[in-house]
Amino acid sequence: MIEEKFDAIVVGAGMAGNAAALTLAQRGLKVLQLERGEYSGSKNVQGAILYADMLEKLIPDFREDAPLERHLVEQRFWMMDDRSHTGLHYRSDDFNEEKPNRYTIIRAQFDKWFSQKVREAGATVLCETTVTELAQDAYGKVIGVRTDRADGEIHADVVVLAEGVNGLLGTRAGLRKRPTPDKVALAVKEMHFLPRETIEARFNLKGDEGMVIEAAGTISRGMTGMGFIYANKECISLGIGCLVADFQRTGETPYGLLDRFKRHPSVAPLIEGSEVKEYAAHLIPEGGFKAIPQLYGEGWVVVGDAAQLNNAIHREGSNLAMTSGRIAAEAIFQVKSRKDPMTAENLALYKKMLDESFVIKDLKKYKDMPALMHTQSQNFFLTYPELVSKAMQNFLRVDGTPKVEKEKTTFKSFIKARSWSGLFGDAFRLARAWR
Amino acid sequence: MHIVVCIKQVPDSAQIRVHPVTNTIMRQGVPTIINPYDLFALEAALELRDQFGGEVTVLTMGPPSAEDSLRKALTFGADRAVLLTDRFFAGADTLATTYALATAIRKISTEFGAPDLVFTGKQTIDGDTAQVGPGIAKRLGLLQLTYVARISALDLQARTIDAERRSEGGVQLLRTRLPCLVTMLEATNQIRRGAMADALRAARAEIVKWSAQDAGVEDISKCGLRGSPTIVKRVFAPAARSEKATLIEAGEQPAEALIDAIFKRQPALEPELAALARGY
Repeated sequence: MIEEKFDAIVVGAGMAGNAAALTLAQRGLKVLQLERGEYSGSKNVQGAILYADMLEKLIPDFREDAPLERHLVEQRFWMMDDRSHTGLHYRSDDFNEEKPNRYTIIRAQFDKWFSQKVREAGATVLCETTVTELAQDAYGKVIGVRTDRADGEIHADVVVLAEGVNGLLGTRAGLRKRPTPDKVALAVKEMHFLPRETIEARFNLKGDEGMVIEAAGTISRGMTGMGFIYANKECISLGIGCLVADFQRTGETPYGLLDRFKRHPSVAPLIEGSEVKEYAAHLIPEGGFKAIPQLYGEGWVVVGDAAQLNNAIHREGSNLAMTSGRIAAEAIFQVKSRKDPMTAENLALYKKMLDESFVIKDLKKYKDMPALMHTQSQNFFLTYPELVSKAMQNFLRVDGTPKVEKEKTTFKSFIKARSWSGLFGDAFRLARAWR
Repeated sequence: MHIVVCIKQVPDSAQIRVHPVTNTIMRQGVPTIINPYDLFALEAALELRDQFGGEVTVLTMGPPSAEDSLRKALTFGADRAVLLTDRFFAGADTLATTYALATAIRKISTEFGAPDLVFTGKQTIDGDTAQVGPGIAKRLGLLQLTYVARISALDLQARTIDAERRSEGGVQLLRTRLPCLVTMLEATNQIRRGAMADALRAARAEIVKWSAQDAGVEDISKCGLRGSPTIVKRVFAPAARSEKATLIEAGEQPAEALIDAIFKRQPALEPELAALARGY
């Protein structure tokens, strides 16, 4: 047991943990951050896309030295069937601005940099140190943590749980339940290395321009899921993820899906000749607003993935992680400056501030989306993509069939597959979930 | 007792790539580690300190980022870390490296007490020379025990050390006087996991950073690239051999079958061996 006591202990050094530790240290609190990996980011396998705005709130001049890959100038959405894709591409030179808004990053490198900023702000960061359980007093109040190092118990006024999607500590201490299989996705990712020039030629990029493809359709075999392709400087991140409950139900394997995605005629030429350096898998919280657990208690708050904070529609996982980490830290700082104890009553301020932020407002907006996508996954991920593909092909092929008849065939195929009421129902439900 | 352990930060060879066109080692983005052989030296030093008391100082020469390795050594339980960093040290071969390290150890002697023992690993995994340990010993006039598998006894009153030194064909049991330099063999111990208190201390420790001038280097021309007579002429990846292993039907007499196959592939070998045999 360590005699020295800290103002706050942050468990985890991902986006949420780093944002919390940085903010707490910047406000002058005595912070200890514990990370099980060899360094911050060493365990991270995210894609990944970084949104500048939220990071600017923490480190305004991050562009000066952060390891960024490419700034995004183009976004492609693909609806795929087995042999085709129907795409919506948006590219704008406006994104070549002085301070771009979105970047691709490699988290192992980015987090290392972020962690250095946390150290420079004055926090004590210990890596290769796993928190095994929360230390609680006789009344259940969290008073610190126990670690896997000898004499490794250490106390603080408040513990910030930024432990990631599995949230083992919180569930072990009975603070919340483990996420269920219908609330988390399993994503697999590969890093494909190619010469810089090849990447730029294949994706129509120059300099540090970047692009992202997001794909849905028959690649997920009727399960709720998505594929992605991100262009980095000298490699391509490529992956696919589906709900764990769907994998259970169908018996499909993640690597099987990834293989099929890579062999798709629209994808294969993009990665041809590449050297695969990394294969990784991770869970992603997908439950949305309805899956958010209790966010605070006696002597603790929970942030980031551990709090299931992820906007799956806009892929804002790390963004919500950073924001919730920062807001939790600000709430703790306010409680501390009033010299109040870190009780549940006082830490409720964190939830209040989070509710007022875009984090909870956005998740609330899409609160019905996860359930809709899940219950209607056959329609949204199999039937519609195939229908759209057929319609496009029918429209584009010039074969002497009168155009009026072509349109009729297309309409009929939709009605046959989904019926009028089904089509209207889906449109209505989708619109309502989006509202 | 004061022990100095020399360590080196090296690229993690498990994650290194050779550029397919230029054949050069691509260091960018390759994670660095403490030279694995040095960890056996560090653990041996920590065990002696735990048994006999005193302090362990870790020393490295390298770029500012080598601080990571020193901090890690502190997490394992070392008491003090010294980083020798200066652009004058860049590009050093073993001759220049031993000059800089020996100078720094002299400075450590005056600042923190003369070492009774200096430890190094057997060799590094990037240079593979095994010259730096002996080079330091020579420059400091220390007795040296190389390829040590175990330190079997230490007598601080009599100022002697007993060590098992592995050599071709056997183990030598050696005794020598302190102070001396020891280079440790691999797989002779296992680096410990530091306690929470060590980890906390390491995270906040002030690393002693010396430039060439701070360390007391008198002749800068003996440092870095200028002080290095070794020149890397060319770096290349070995070409894949076209020869392939073949499976031989062993039959009744496997030795004969094998010898036949060897002679068939190396036709010159049989007459050569026969000529040699006639000579006896």
